[in-house]
Amino acid sequence: MTATMSPPQSQVSSLTTGKMHRAIPFAICAFSVAVGVVAVYSIGGFKWGWMAIVGAHLYLLLVTIASRVIEDRRQATDRAMRTVMTIAFTTVTIPLISVFWKVIAEGASRFDRKFFTGGMRITPEDMLAQMEGAAVGGALHAMVGTLIITAIAGIISVPLGLLTAIYLVEYGKGKLASAVTRMVDVMTGIPSIVAGLFAYALFELFLGPGTRSGLSGGVALSLLMTPVVVRSSEEMLRLVPNELREASLALGVAKWRTILKVVLPTAIAGILTGITLAVARVIGETAPLLVTAGVAQDINLNPFSGRMTTLPVFSYYEYVQPGVPPETGIARAWGAALMLVMIVAVLFTAARIMSHVLKPKGLK
Amino acid sequence: MTANSEIDMPAQTAGITHSEVTSVEPAIAVNNLNIYYDKFLAVRDVTIEIAPRSITALIGPSGCGKSTFLRSLNRMHEVIPKAHVEGVVQLNGEDIYRPDVDPVTVRRRIGMVFQRPNPFPTMSIYENVLAGMRLNANRLSKPDADEIVEHSLTGANLWGEVKDRLDNPGSSLSGGQQQRLCIARAIAVEPEVLLMDEPCSALDPISTMAIEALMEQLKDQFTIVIVTHNMQQAARVSERTAFFNIDGPGQPGHIVEMDLTEKMFSNPQEKATSDYVTGRFG
Amino acid sequence: MSQPVAQEKINKAPTSVPDRLFSSLSRASAVTILLVLSGVAFFLTIVGWSGMFGDIEGMSGSDNFLEYVGPLVFGTVYSATLALLIATPLAFAVALFISHYAPRRLAQTLGYVVDLLAAIPSVVFGIWGITVVAPLMSKNVYPWANDNLSFIPFFSGTASTSGRTMLTAGMVLAMMILPIITAISREVFLQTPRLHEEASLALGATKWEMIRQAVVPYGRSGVISGAMLGLGRALGETMAVAIILSPSDGYFWSILTNQNSNTIASNIALKFPEAYGLDVNRLIATGLVLFLLSFGVNMLARRVANSGFSGAAG
Ligand SMILES: Nc1ncnc2c1ncn2[C@@H]1O[C@H](COP(=O)(O)OP(=O)(O)OP(=O)(O)O)[C@@H](O)[C@H]1O
Ligand SMILES: [Mg+2]
Repeated sequence: MTATMSPPQSQVSSLTTGKMHRAIPFAICAFSVAVGVVAVYSIGGFKWGWMAIVGAHLYLLLVTIASRVIEDRRQATDRAMRTVMTIAFTTVTIPLISVFWKVIAEGASRFDRKFFTGGMRITPEDMLAQMEGAAVGGALHAMVGTLIITAIAGIISVPLGLLTAIYLVEYGKGKLASAVTRMVDVMTGIPSIVAGLFAYALFELFLGPGTRSGLSGGVALSLLMTPVVVRSSEEMLRLVPNELREASLALGVAKWRTILKVVLPTAIAGILTGITLAVARVIGETAPLLVTAGVAQDINLNPFSGRMTTLPVFSYYEYVQPGVPPETGIARAWGAALMLVMIVAVLFTAARIMSHVLKPKGLK
Repeated sequence: MTANSEIDMPAQTAGITHSEVTSVEPAIAVNNLNIYYDKFLAVRDVTIEIAPRSITALIGPSGCGKSTFLRSLNRMHEVIPKAHVEGVVQLNGEDIYRPDVDPVTVRRRIGMVFQRPNPFPTMSIYENVLAGMRLNANRLSKPDADEIVEHSLTGANLWGEVKDRLDNPGSSLSGGQQQRLCIARAIAVEPEVLLMDEPCSALDPISTMAIEALMEQLKDQFTIVIVTHNMQQAARVSERTAFFNIDGPGQPGHIVEMDLTEKMFSNPQEKATSDYVTGRFG
Repeated sequence: MSQPVAQEKINKAPTSVPDRLFSSLSRASAVTILLVLSGVAFFLTIVGWSGMFGDIEGMSGSDNFLEYVGPLVFGTVYSATLALLIATPLAFAVALFISHYAPRRLAQTLGYVVDLLAAIPSVVFGIWGITVVAPLMSKNVYPWANDNLSFIPFFSGTASTSGRTMLTAGMVLAMMILPIITAISREVFLQTPRLHEEASLALGATKWEMIRQAVVPYGRSGVISGAMLGLGRALGETMAVAIILSPSDGYFWSILTNQNSNTIASNIALKFPEAYGLDVNRLIATGLVLFLLSFGVNMLARRVANSGFSGAAG
């Protein structure tokens, strides 16, 4: 397709002739949907997916033809592409909606008291109740585990990442800074299971093979979290106008105080947002915890020894090893999944709000 | 000794004309100062004296190193990576570049106001004025703090306009008010010298007049050095003027002459100066 | 000019003690990060060594390490490539839609929605994939594709009735890497110089023509590096594959059957919890291979990104 100007189609044209009337695409759309519904229904009943697929493609076809006839080839291509983009976008939102729908629909059934008050230590009575289809077992131990392990990751990553970002922005100029930047860059792409293996290997070397603990889980997550914290904090610190640093220094304020009292407060909204997003990222991690913290049936409050379950790992195991009958286990898996999605969504929204609310008014 | 005793003036070094020497001990004495950005020599061989409790204006074409020179007077220059100076800058007879001098103490005694108003966006007007103390963790009683705020804001001609909204963020003020807030912030720590780098260039004529009037007032207490591109401003406010020039791109800037402002604008010694002040420059 | 040349005096000030403490602290953090991050490969090598070169007798199965890891590497690359092929065109279209077609107001929200997609934990994608996507595909699509397209080797074999196939895994992986590709592409699309866009529109180009002339050439390298990063992500994605894929031992090209090469990450997740002895070391060694694989892809992505942006118009 060339984009060179073609001569006007008709010499008498005003600015609007040769342009399709606004109602036509709507008409075509309605028609295509109708055809889609009828055609699919007559062949195989109410299959929404197929109806949408048929309708969308029919619309694409018809609108292009109509534009080709009424307008010209270039307009037809333009309309076709616009339609393709829109269809593509819709296609992507469908799974997203489906994920949320499914998680809520399946998970809500286990949002009962037991789920939030008990672990997975199942008594013989529970076994019997489970056979009869009662909801049994809870995820409290997994929630506690998630809390502890994420907290450990945060306690390691936030100071380390923030101080490193400060180093990179306020002090680092030479080889060390560029080496750190490059390493952090590369490490943002490290597969999460590799982080888990690293933590496992580290603890195995020092504590012997087969060790599982909440701490090693936290270390694994911190490996994933730190680069994110460094990157986002660095970006935010760089956004602080240099004028503010100079204003402070010119008042005879020492550099470290300038950083702590002027630069950090100015960037704090962005930094907290970044940290929140980093937490949201690691809180749903399963693989690294599978190999480091493992699973346990009870609440384990000691991160230094013994296995510790987290919500994602709990969800995974309950799904792949649901017990008998499988429904109860699978329900627990969905319950944990819903819980996770809610946590992530809350963190995500909190990050958004935070970046708006905490931002100093003077900075655009 | 009168101020314009140009006949017996001693400093005729390196082609710089010094037609005027201050009658009292200079507040700042600069001797053979070379200022570098890494390897690049930005300003060469400046030797001048700045009279206490008066206003000295620095003028010159863009890029000739006025800001660079000004920033070297309170060691703000070295904030830029690899930037450094050679030579001597004395504040009341003490070399501020001596190896055992902490730049932080220098800056407490020589304050600075920047071209663009830069109040701290996280602080209220009240806290902005106190920033110099608060950031240094100086404990202040509430009455003392109030006293300093009122005193400094009054000193900066801003008190009347903001006294009812001291808790608003500093950035809620107009540009001219913000600049006066920055001046209040600078004088709150009671420096001896106040450096101002084009403090009015981002402001409208009314705010500019307000700041000029303020400078007139402040010079009773402070030694003021101001960089300006506005000849009228230099002529209006300053007692002495130094003219900086640059021979060409990539060349270091240097000082051409320094004298009483009156004289600089009516009867300068150097042709370059008269060309510049009369607008026949370039 | 007559300055003493040799005198290279940097004005070193006697910084105060807290100042020095604070700067050392921040430098120490930077050094720690550097050491720990570069320690990853080191520790994996130490512990994985015996898994690569140790006594095969001590491990389950009788393959040497290369025979063991070969199919896993194949499965990893295969599933990731599949995901990439599905995700890239979609991400390209979605990014364009958000940056150039959606109303300004809406665009931000849409961007937020796509970002949210990235935040959904992979285990959730996994159980969603196996309960929703797998049955949907195995009922509606796989039999048909198997019947009509089996002359193409990828669609041959016995179609899975459970839907736990390479294609399902690839599709779910595609969902998971789509946000990152979209985010990066959207970013570069939005950075297209307005001047280029307006120049094109002023010549009477339609929106699509403008996009082809101004936006796509400018954003091409961004899309490519986004895709590479997405590939890196897909290579290491664990849980979705571990839950969805029905793995077998060996190399399998067909994407509709129950016989699939496993991926390295999924294999670790499935075997590690029960592994002991040298098997653990071998799994860690495969982790090292995965690390190197994704490391290489990420480096490549960065190179593309760095080489691209400026000369994009050419
Ligand atoms: N941060 C820096 N790094 C390197 N060189 C610099 C830096 N800042 C200024 N320079 C150079 O130093 C020289 C003097 O610059 P300076 O800003 O002091 O000029 P000026 O007289 O203040 O100009 P203006 O009137 O435009 O403000 C110029 O050649 C400039 O390019
Ligand atoms: Mg300047």
